[in-house]
Amino acid sequence: MTKVTKTKKNTVAALIFCMVLLAIVIFLENSKIIPPTHILFTIIKKGAVYSLVAVSMNLLNGFTGLFSLGQAGFMLLGAYTYAIFTVPTAVKDNVYYLHGGSAIDFSFQELYGKLFGMEGAGGAISLILGVLTAIILGGIVAAIFAYFIGLPVLRLKSDYLAIATLGFAEIIRAIFQWQKLGPITNGANMINNIPTFSNFNIRSEGKVVFYLSSFVPVLVAMVCVAIIILLINSSYGRSFKAIRDDEIAAEAMGINLAKHKMLSFCISSFFAGVGGALFAMFTNNAQAKPFTSALTYEILLIVVIGGIGSVSGSCISSFLYVACSEWLLRFLDNETFIGEFKVPLLKNGFRMVVFSIIIMIVVLFFRQGIMGSKELPDLFKKKAKKGESVNE
Amino acid sequence: MDFIISTLLSGISVGGQYALIAIGYTMVYGILRLINFAHGDVFMATGLIMIYMCAAFPWYVALPITAMITVVLGFVIERAAYKPLRTAPRMSVMISAIGVSYLIQNVATYVTGGQPMEYPKIPFLSEMVNIGGATTSMVTVVTPVLVILLVIALVLLINHTKVGMAMRALSKDFETSQLMGIKINKVISMTFVIGSFLAAVGSFLYFSNYTRIYPVSGAMPGLKAFVAAVFGGIGSIPGAVIGAFIIGICENIIKALPPAWEVSNFVDAFTFALLIIILIAKPTGLFGEKSTDKV
Repeated sequence: MTKVTKTKKNTVAALIFCMVLLAIVIFLENSKIIPPTHILFTIIKKGAVYSLVAVSMNLLNGFTGLFSLGQAGFMLLGAYTYAIFTVPTAVKDNVYYLHGGSAIDFSFQELYGKLFGMEGAGGAISLILGVLTAIILGGIVAAIFAYFIGLPVLRLKSDYLAIATLGFAEIIRAIFQWQKLGPITNGANMINNIPTFSNFNIRSEGKVVFYLSSFVPVLVAMVCVAIIILLINSSYGRSFKAIRDDEIAAEAMGINLAKHKMLSFCISSFFAGVGGALFAMFTNNAQAKPFTSALTYEILLIVVIGGIGSVSGSCISSFLYVACSEWLLRFLDNETFIGEFKVPLLKNGFRMVVFSIIIMIVVLFFRQGIMGSKELPDLFKKKAKKGESVNE
Repeated sequence: MDFIISTLLSGISVGGQYALIAIGYTMVYGILRLINFAHGDVFMATGLIMIYMCAAFPWYVALPITAMITVVLGFVIERAAYKPLRTAPRMSVMISAIGVSYLIQNVATYVTGGQPMEYPKIPFLSEMVNIGGATTSMVTVVTPVLVILLVIALVLLINHTKVGMAMRALSKDFETSQLMGIKINKVISMTFVIGSFLAAVGSFLYFSNYTRIYPVSGAMPGLKAFVAAVFGGIGSIPGAVIGAFIIGICENIIKALPPAWEVSNFVDAFTFALLIIILIAKPTGLFGEKSTDKV
């Protein structure tokens, strides 16, 4: 009985925590304290996208013990699916001018627009539904690809799995840049003019009256991460952890290895696809260029910094990573003078050098990362317990 | 006919350059069971070092100095990034390797400012020769010869010297060979030294052909060389060389296909497709030893 109330209490606490975070995001963007073009909002948006992708990678690498390096490929699938189905028909000829128009002559917003109308509140509803459908479809496409990739690849172990998934990501990237697929993927060119986060700002007479552009990615990422947490805490999640800790023992306990590995792989790819769609919204376009193995490595390093096997660690380190690379460490890239003295070493690119050294230090000496395998609530619990023992 | 010959020649030449990198992968993997992701970046770094050395010295001085620096680099990477993790799980070591690769690329971006760098001409290698009606540079001819000579030397080293025997022992069983009095750290360092030296030679040849160096130039050749190593059977040096030649030739055949098919951007994808096929069909590779570790 007490256990049930305790989990309920935790859920309520988590919900309140999320609500407060969302409220803070909305408040910050609409208060006049910080201008809405401030770098802080870029960090919030990018951080939200990265934390979703990092958590999805953590589900696979940290909780199931499958060392996969295909995340960028699945993000690319999500990003392209999202972009292909949301380019408004009016600008399709412009976007696809090299290939004489697009093969897909509709967009989800407009399909919903036929039901709800394209103006005012109806337009808002069709935009939200259209974007949501496209994002989810992006995830589904990534998951379907993951299923077919997983059939042969999941038989491999550790480093061979890593290199094979990396290979598949590169193959996917090559396919999407193929000129023959131009009418769908726009070949090697980017697909732009897609709905972005700033489309969600509420406007009247051309002026933005209420900013929601950072609220949207945070909300979507939060919902997805919540689903992943629920999954990890379910019986499936426990099976994943069992597989990670000892495959043979897990199999002996009656866990179907192939099924659970595949499940974890597909779910992780689904959320990577969703993250890719959000990434496309963040960068205002979809193109194959950013989704190289370098992106996968970046996300892997975020996961390592946050702690392999900790969802909250991945989220914290995503925001930390994005904040450092976009804002806090920017000064390292600028040549600085203190009086007559030129500060040595500061030059374009120095930020990333410092950054990679920090990462190496974490990898070599703090292998647990920020959180290890603990979650945020665990930290409070420990403190509370210590307090109790002092009182006694 | 000229076209076929020149395609084959450039395939063999690229294949030889991949082979020199692949040997480094296969030796390290054979002993440490580690995909040394940083190996490709060491290869790229050698190119950059060569550029800076050539600016200061004539090429015949720069060549040995660069090779020396590369060897030291390989040695330092092993000591700093892999040795502390010797008892850690394999995943940690691989993450460390990815971290080193990231570090080298970022340092390269910092030093060069992210601009592509022009590789200096090494006089003898850049000369043009005529073979069977096809004109190519001297590198194309030198590469396969040099590769074969180096491989013979390496095989002799592994089969007939004490260090070589120690390496073979280590790749069979780590702990037992330690018990037999083999100083594993010395042997592992030696492996990295040899691997880096061969990567340096590969780098001289490769960048004489592709004269521009970007900070990410090493990543793709590195991965391809690893695929070559897997294809030939990881741990086997002749296997890695043959795998690399096959990949190099296939790659150039794809490049030479009619442009109307628009398949040129599948050059990199092909290598990975090959990897996946070999992993599914014959996970031990062409000449690999039997092991049930991979699948």
